[in-house]
Amino acid sequence: MKFILRRLGFYLIAFWAALTLDFILPRLLPGDPAAAILGPIGSRMTQVQIAALRQALGLTEAPLFQQYLTFVTHVFQGDLGVSYSAFPAPVTQVIGTSLRWTLLLGITSLLISFTLGHLIGILGAWRRGSAFDVVMPPLFNFIGAFPAFFLALGAVYFFGMQLKWFPIAHAAKDHLPPGWTVEYIGSVLHHLALPLTVSVLVNLQVWIQTMRNNMVSVLAEDYITMAEAKGLTQNRIMFGYAARNAFLPSITGFGIFLGSILSGQVLIEQVFAYPGLGYLLTKAVGARDYPLMGGLFLGITAGVLLVNFLVDIVYTWVDPRVRAE
Amino acid sequence: MAEQTLSPGPSRAGFDWKRRFPWAHIILRHPQARIGLVIVLLLAAMGVFAPLLVPGDPNDFVAIPNRAPSAEYPLGTDPLGRNELALVVWGARESLAIGFGTAAVAILVATVVGMIAGYFGGLLDDVLVLIMNLFLVIPGLPLLILLAAYLRPSTATVILALALTGWAFHARIIRAVTLSLREKDYVAAAIVAGEGNLHIIFRQILPNMINLIVGGFIGTSIYGIAASTALAFLGLTDMEAVSWGTNLFYAQNGNSLLLGAWWVFVPSGLLVALSALGLAWINYGMDEITNPRLRAERELRNALRGTKLQRVRATPVMRREH
Repeated sequence: MKFILRRLGFYLIAFWAALTLDFILPRLLPGDPAAAILGPIGSRMTQVQIAALRQALGLTEAPLFQQYLTFVTHVFQGDLGVSYSAFPAPVTQVIGTSLRWTLLLGITSLLISFTLGHLIGILGAWRRGSAFDVVMPPLFNFIGAFPAFFLALGAVYFFGMQLKWFPIAHAAKDHLPPGWTVEYIGSVLHHLALPLTVSVLVNLQVWIQTMRNNMVSVLAEDYITMAEAKGLTQNRIMFGYAARNAFLPSITGFGIFLGSILSGQVLIEQVFAYPGLGYLLTKAVGARDYPLMGGLFLGITAGVLLVNFLVDIVYTWVDPRVRAE
Repeated sequence: MAEQTLSPGPSRAGFDWKRRFPWAHIILRHPQARIGLVIVLLLAAMGVFAPLLVPGDPNDFVAIPNRAPSAEYPLGTDPLGRNELALVVWGARESLAIGFGTAAVAILVATVVGMIAGYFGGLLDDVLVLIMNLFLVIPGLPLLILLAAYLRPSTATVILALALTGWAFHARIIRAVTLSLREKDYVAAAIVAGEGNLHIIFRQILPNMINLIVGGFIGTSIYGIAASTALAFLGLTDMEAVSWGTNLFYAQNGNSLLLGAWWVFVPSGLLVALSALGLAWINYGMDEITNPRLRAERELRNALRGTKLQRVRATPVMRREH
């Protein structure tokens, strides 16, 4: 309990830090923030319009501390301001629509790469030095060295444009009414295939590496030798004895990755124009939509912190040593 | 045979660098690390000698956009009609400079902060660990994008933003190692001998972490190259400064893919991957220094090569002959 409260305190501090950063950054812009944000169009705006914009940004003449208080109160009321690029939609609503696509892509990718990566890692460590171990882990390591968006570009070019097997943009066919119809779901899956494959390929090596390394050290333990001496079947030793213990650190890894689902697909989403949070973030930066940018950063951070906290709770339940502390 | 492969042998020169820098020796003997070192040195040489290899300004317009590779322009032209070969060669300069620059700044900060926290402990340690953990838990890429969007893009600001998001991981490792080294007998002896804190930190503890620091430098370089390429690809760096990332930005935004101009994005992407791979391979050699179990395993494999002896699953232990 004490452990959980301490973690909760830490995540609250982290959220406060992100909040403060989000408040300070726009005010660090040299000169008048409103003018800098407006850039060239600013000169064509009337004084009233600029004043209204400053009001909307919270850049009033009020003292900095008072501005800060207003900002914090608004955030806790769930008010992240109004998006410029999707005017007049509030930031929270814009984020909401993108969230489900990011979750779809991120969670399927995590589940597939997690399962596949662990299997490859277990088998690789078990048959250390075999053809499988010499080929598979280094192969995925090699693939993982490529920038994710480069693989994505290659996939778009080869499978999307040359072979025309898969669509190259968006999450579903345009003009298709969303709903639980075979046609719509089929279209969603068809659009998901390429970004998902790239995302799995990029993330696979992390799981292979950690699981293989953990397996290697667990296999050196005495109880494994004991199990072999007892004459247990190889499968039982591999999964029931070795993999089971080597798997423990992966729970933390899973949690960290679960958090990064929200932010980890930015570049892949960008290349495939997949309408998730990452694509939204790069679009917001391109359109100089500062409220949306800040809102996304805060939202993603809050999500990551929440997931981390949940993982901490799960971990105290799985590993009694943490509880005993 | 085992003795032949395991003993370093008497040194010919007066200066025994193998004994002086055992970690450098291990790296140079590690086959993958050796290949990695060659790759990285070649790429770095390409960047350094770019003005000699492809003279002239790489930003010059030379031929019609998206032209296929020819004898005159071996890698064709990009969507702005620039010589792609020049862009790729000059790109090594900016990309590697940012990568190594980021690593230098981040590791310097990580070492200083990590050692201060680990050595002095107490409240100072608590505060510094809190800051490290904050940087580790706040998602890096969104923070990086946010910083890049607000800062005026230049090589220096990109390095600063990358170092800011990349220092905490190694700071935590260095703190942990400092914490354990501080308890060693030789540190206690130095304290009894009346040495000052600075002497103990720099002369007693730091030399024992050199391999860790070098490994961290290499790892952060990979991060710097990959992350700066990503930022440039999103159009968030100085677009005038040619880097592998800006090349990829123009490939994505200049219809190169639509026109089938693969030569615009393949070379730059391959070189980013190659540099990451080369650096990672060097780090495999570093891993064998920090984790002797890995080294023992490889030496055992070498020793058993050609014999009918079987390996057991238990950790191999071999004595090194001196």
